[in-house]
Amino acid sequence: MHSALLAAAGEGEVINPLLPANYDIVWSAVCFAIILFFFWKKFLPALTKTLDARADAIEGGIKKAEIAQAEAAAALEQYKTQLAEGRAEAAKIREQARLEGTAIVNELKEQATIEAARITVNAQATIEAERQAALVSLRTEVGSMAIDLASGVIGQSLSDDKKSSALVDQFLADLEASEKAKAKK
Amino acid sequence: MLIRFIAVALIVVLFWLGTRRMRMIPGRGQSLLEMAVGFVQSNIAEGALGKVDGKRFMPILVSMFFMVLAMNLTGIVPGLNLAGTSVIGVPLVLALVAYVAFIYAGIKKQGVGFFKTSLFPSGVPWYLYIIVTPIEFLSTFILRPVTLALRLLMNMVAGHMLLVLCFSATHFFLFTAGGLFGLFSIGTLAFGFIFTIFELLVAVLQAYVFTFLTAVYIQLALVEEH
Repeated sequence: MHSALLAAAGEGEVINPLLPANYDIVWSAVCFAIILFFFWKKFLPALTKTLDARADAIEGGIKKAEIAQAEAAAALEQYKTQLAEGRAEAAKIREQARLEGTAIVNELKEQATIEAARITVNAQATIEAERQAALVSLRTEVGSMAIDLASGVIGQSLSDDKKSSALVDQFLADLEASEKAKAKK
Repeated sequence: MLIRFIAVALIVVLFWLGTRRMRMIPGRGQSLLEMAVGFVQSNIAEGALGKVDGKRFMPILVSMFFMVLAMNLTGIVPGLNLAGTSVIGVPLVLALVAYVAFIYAGIKKQGVGFFKTSLFPSGVPWYLYIIVTPIEFLSTFILRPVTLALRLLMNMVAGHMLLVLCFSATHFFLFTAGGLFGLFSIGTLAFGFIFTIFELLVAVLQAYVFTFLTAVYIQLALVEEH
């Protein structure tokens, strides 16, 4: 507007209306130069720096997160493997323990059986021996008692050993026979 | 001129404050600032030129954008009321900058061959160069800066005229004409208001168009063949 006004005002002078006033051009150029200088040297580098730093930070953050995730995944995998290993081991140990337990139980059973058999055999032997002893002493006692009794009854001494032992044997045989008949009944 | 200096001071102070304490996690002001610069960067510089060349020409483009924007906006600031770009100086200077920028880009990239590729486009029969070459020369090396400057200038002048018309009409109807004519002032004031909003749009749009066209010209100079 100014140039137009100036052109109108200075009619007498030779002013080309197509050429703007010098001050217009010069100061516009100065304005642009100032703005360009500040943007070029100051504002844009500052902005770029910040933006780059932010991009880096975000990228770094993402990378860090990725690494952390990978680590976590690896750790999880490791734990899982360890867990599986542990489980397998536990199962193995259990199995082994079970087998061992069975073996021990079997062994003990066997031992117990053997022991029982031994005890039984012993007991039987003792019983048999005692019975024999009892039988022998009984036989002797019963024999002598019977002879005493018989001596008293028949008034004669059965001092003849040969006779008396034959008699006792006879008597005992009869007794056994009668007992056996009783047991059969 | 004062208006322009105010605009320049405003840009410098605003960006100075905005970029003085840049932080990783931006506050509101910083986000806004980054958004504005990011708009120029992604939409204009990288949109037209690609990442590498966009970065190279970023200072020029972003300065251009904010200078045009600020000086356009002075047109609707009460007290300033005149767009810094509605006098030929600024558009002309900026158009010259764009002109120099794209010719520089072309020569830097292709040497003298730049003029050959832009004046004698390949794939055209030789006899057509008689017509094509003058047209290309006119459009590329003369009309581009002229249209850049004039488009911006005329948009801002027209906007300024409209606002002047509306507001002076309001003033006239309300205080000078008086009586029933005062009612007209409501209509003219409403139009003034609407055109103020419209100017806001135009200010942003023209800044965008100017910068984008510059970027496109640079891009056209950078491609080998077109």
